[in-house]
Amino acid sequence: MYDFAYHKPTSVADAVKLLADPDAKAVSGGHTLLPALKHRLNKPTALVDLSGIAEMTGIKRVGNAIVIGALTRHAEVANSAEVKAAIPALAYMASHIGDLQVRNRGTIGGSVANNDPAADYPSAVVALGATIHTSKRKIAADDFFLGMFTTALEADEILTAVEFPIVDKAGYAKMRNPASRYVMAGVFVAKAGGTVRVAVVGAAPCVFRQAEMEAALTSNWSADAVAGIKQDADGLNGDIHGSAEYRAHLVGVMAKRAIVAAG
Amino acid sequence: MPQVTLTVNGQAHTAEVEGRTLLVELLRETLRLTGTHVGCDTSQCGACVVHINGESVKSCTTLAVMANGADVTTIEGLAKADGTLHAMQEAFREYHALQCGFCTPGMVMSAIDLVQKHPDGLTEQQIREGLEGNLCRCTGYHNIVKAIAAAADVMHGKRSEIARAAQ
Amino acid sequence: MNVAAPFEGIGASVRRKEDYRFLQGRGAYTDDFNRQGQLHAWILRSPHAHARIRSVDTTAAAGMPGVVAVFTGADMARDNIGGLPCGWQIHNKDGSPMAEPPHPVIAHDKVRHVGDQVAVAIAATREQARDAAEAIVVDYDVLPAAATIDAAVKPGAPAVHDDVAGNLCYDWHIGDKAVMEAAFAQAAKVVSLDLVNNRLIPNAMEPRAAMGEFDRTSGDYTLHTTSQNPHVIRLLMGANVLHIPESKLRVVAPDVGGGFGSKIYHYAEEAIVTWAAGKLGKPVKWVADRTESFMSDAHGRDHVSNAQLALDANGKILALKVHTYANMGAYLSTFAPCVPTYLYATLLAGTYSTPVIYCEVKAIFTNTVPVDAYRGAGRPEATFLLERLMDVAAQETGIDRVELRRRNFIPNDAFPYQTPVALQYDSGNYTATLDQALVAADWAGFEARRAEAAGRGKLRGIGCSTYVEACGIAPSAVVGSLGARAGLYEVGTIRVHPTGSVTVLTGSHSHGQGHETTFAQLVADKLGVPTAQVDIVHGDTAKVPFGMGTYGSRSLAVGGSAMMKAMDKIIAKGKRIAAHLMEASVDDIEFERGTFRVAGTDRTKALVDISVAAYVPHNYPIDEIEPGLEETAFYDPKNFTYPGGCHIAEVEICQETGKVSMVNFTAVDDVGRVINPMIVEGQVQGGIAQGIGQALLETCVYDADGQLLSGSMMDYTMPRADDLAPISVATHTTLCTHNPLGVKGCGEVGAIGSPPAVINAVVDALRDFNVRTLDMPATPAKMWQIINGGRRQAAE
Repeated sequence: MYDFAYHKPTSVADAVKLLADPDAKAVSGGHTLLPALKHRLNKPTALVDLSGIAEMTGIKRVGNAIVIGALTRHAEVANSAEVKAAIPALAYMASHIGDLQVRNRGTIGGSVANNDPAADYPSAVVALGATIHTSKRKIAADDFFLGMFTTALEADEILTAVEFPIVDKAGYAKMRNPASRYVMAGVFVAKAGGTVRVAVVGAAPCVFRQAEMEAALTSNWSADAVAGIKQDADGLNGDIHGSAEYRAHLVGVMAKRAIVAAG
Repeated sequence: MPQVTLTVNGQAHTAEVEGRTLLVELLRETLRLTGTHVGCDTSQCGACVVHINGESVKSCTTLAVMANGADVTTIEGLAKADGTLHAMQEAFREYHALQCGFCTPGMVMSAIDLVQKHPDGLTEQQIREGLEGNLCRCTGYHNIVKAIAAAADVMHGKRSEIARAAQ
Repeated sequence: MNVAAPFEGIGASVRRKEDYRFLQGRGAYTDDFNRQGQLHAWILRSPHAHARIRSVDTTAAAGMPGVVAVFTGADMARDNIGGLPCGWQIHNKDGSPMAEPPHPVIAHDKVRHVGDQVAVAIAATREQARDAAEAIVVDYDVLPAAATIDAAVKPGAPAVHDDVAGNLCYDWHIGDKAVMEAAFAQAAKVVSLDLVNNRLIPNAMEPRAAMGEFDRTSGDYTLHTTSQNPHVIRLLMGANVLHIPESKLRVVAPDVGGGFGSKIYHYAEEAIVTWAAGKLGKPVKWVADRTESFMSDAHGRDHVSNAQLALDANGKILALKVHTYANMGAYLSTFAPCVPTYLYATLLAGTYSTPVIYCEVKAIFTNTVPVDAYRGAGRPEATFLLERLMDVAAQETGIDRVELRRRNFIPNDAFPYQTPVALQYDSGNYTATLDQALVAADWAGFEARRAEAAGRGKLRGIGCSTYVEACGIAPSAVVGSLGARAGLYEVGTIRVHPTGSVTVLTGSHSHGQGHETTFAQLVADKLGVPTAQVDIVHGDTAKVPFGMGTYGSRSLAVGGSAMMKAMDKIIAKGKRIAAHLMEASVDDIEFERGTFRVAGTDRTKALVDISVAAYVPHNYPIDEIEPGLEETAFYDPKNFTYPGGCHIAEVEICQETGKVSMVNFTAVDDVGRVINPMIVEGQVQGGIAQGIGQALLETCVYDADGQLLSGSMMDYTMPRADDLAPISVATHTTLCTHNPLGVKGCGEVGAIGSPPAVINAVVDALRDFNVRTLDMPATPAKMWQIINGGRRQAAE
């Protein structure tokens, strides 16, 4: 790693001030940033450790939604009685992120703000139609993820919480990359009243909604409804672990499994 | 330079570090606790796993400054002062769950956390999946899985001691 | 109360002595050693697979904080530093020697693979050294690369070494081509198969590390290194590279975190830190990060072959013909040339009484990391080729695959059996290991399991392989005639201390094998000394007289035999001392497990009585026998040893994702006499895990430009706990006939027997898809392609 200054503010306001430096970077669990820094892929002048900001912690139910503070670790989401009761698919997804040690340190805020194409969380955020709370505003999930490692967050804007509406049904299934164990193709499905949302991660450079599946599931909520839908391989990722065509195929398989899991 | 104050294996330490100093570097190089190892640079092998406040973390993916104020346990802190091994250590020995020993400290620390997180016990499949963050190149995991199952029984009070495996 | 001590001798699963330190974080691996004032080295590595170095500018780097020195290949050349030597010379078909281009410690004219050493920065901290290495400016003239065998053998391919035509290291053969062709002419059936043996990256969990020290007072150098054979490193580095006499060079290989072959070789970094320590007068440490391991540890396997089997009308093999291209990588690593020749082609008889074998091997240079022995070394490649060929032959002749093997086995009464490819197998019982494995795996009940799996939408398959391998490569005179530049004996010293405890000095090296326990058991068994009072010392040239180290499953067969010989000498001397003390004739003294007895009497002396007398010679035949009780023996084996056995794999394939799951794995191996069953099982399980890794998960991928795509654990699939299933291991013993212990070796059998068993099972699972050639690894994407392609064909 290149060396950097380290700051640990205790309020969002202080953190925002420190992040005014364009070469400063926010960090919480560090499980995406630190590996990149170790490979010297990044040279921040300062790290702003958000983990001391009490207002960004906690899981609470607010009306018909679960609001999860950005500093909440994957293991906490996975084991939260509140989340398990309200959106079990979200708890399930969190319990399958990375490995035990990643779940002990990695946070929802870090995962969502980083928008790694192979991260799990963006699928839940998009499929559940979540709202991103930041230090400045609230952003709808559909407007948040802009592209690979790119979000609507501005440089000095901090993701503070994610608000997940409680839906009728939701399910998640993924195929992991055999080597990295990151998501190769993951599908999160959610049904709220007459609305169905299907979000895909891992298969493309950025999370995306599968409109054809959403339409089919809106009229017929069953695995059979998506069986005939062929995900277009165009624009999907291909690498030594699988072609874009293989990933396209996996999207269909994982969609079916997610629907079965949702019940 | 930032200063870090933390407790390691029950002993308080204060050290000057760089911002970029990793927890594993503080442990190995400053505190000379060389039982914690570094086996990869992509946070995958788990040779560096220690406990922070009772939970397993990869000390190669944690800055030393992030452990400020924390209670850290390393492999060196597991056995009792009189030399009695922790049930997990004893089980690893009894079931021949280690060969070269390099992954062992991290494997043992992860296994303890895994068992603690499953008070109702673990199936073989849960143990295998629970070891996702730890690589071993020597054993094929067969005996590691058996050792963890045996240690889990002792840690949860279902058995009083690690049974001697079949000769 | 008199409680009998637990039996700790040969055959007991004694818990390991070394585990106490490993389990408490008290192991001492190379990176755990620190010295006052030590400096850290960072190696600048080539980002290009092939480029001419126009210039290296170290000016900026040298002025950076903490930097003590920056060295380049030119600096080494000025000091007359030699190239890294190759320990084996192969001769071409025409008798001429192989091409042996120089292997510079630091590249100075060209870089030839991504990761090739270009310069070294030495600074007070590792990060400072790395900062400095980044500031070195190298002007490269990038050249087209030959990244694969195919690319390197094409006409007009880029020349990895300017003076090696066609990138051909050697063109070697074994067997009589005319006799082979005559046999093929008689064949009722010829089966031909193209095979790729996928390139692997060893990935021992401890990355390589080295620390050099120089003592200005004595002029002595010390190197701590992650090595499987410190004496060999001392010999090669001292004599060939740095020109330091052995008396001035100590090499220590302390606790080593796995090797699997990759830590046999003499690597550039060992020479760099030793040389730099001498120049700077300070200890210099280098520790690889995993990314460096991927691009600088020797890789394994990487064969492209065609194999043809000639059979008569009854399925009896008439002849085998093999053509293999073997990738050497960019330079010849220490033992690279012997792997695809004397450790591969000589194993092509396998377990079968094939009367005629002809094999030609072309070794090819490419712009990739050097390739050398990796667990099994040549024998997994031979076994995979043969056992895939047998399954295809069974399919194409309509003979049951188990029956076809049985029909061709070397019969039990044929041992010692001379193969047509140089080796003479001393013992084995291939029918017995096969039968035992078939029962253990419930081969007969498989079809019911397949049907049950089909009901769950899974494709289930079963596959077997029967194999023989060769361990403890020897004798020295023979391997010398075949091109080895070293002897292949082992050394053991038994030191019985005055009070009866024992120190064993061995040239073998333990990096996971449990020698401290197994070797202590030999002493317990033979001398009757409890294992707690036996210390095994290894891995330090200053302590151990000499040694060839540990590789090729040789430690017990060769190193253990040396100890047995040394213990024989101890007993012989002890008998003379005992005869004196008991006033009897030496010929009347018997010895068993710690007690000297005058035959037919109750007059005895314990070993400790003898050792006390030997060191406190008050009542001692001082004119006839020297005091002391320490003996050294060199053991040079008469032959290889030949473990063999049968492995059976059972898999299920998910038709939706293509993922192959191991459901059962059964191994029945003949490793000769078993000293510690617990350790043997562990060795076999570990080897099988690596074999399953090769078959299902692992592969090294270079792109056309020679960039390593599988360059980290993010892209190179290391087997994890949930990739594997329980592994059932059993043994069936026939004794080795020519070493004192009857042992054969168990370190590599797992990695040798398992890959074809797994692939045969996968192909069996895909029965309905007409699969004939299936290259490893059987990844989900590859399986999906086959299944999906098959469906498409069916639909058309």
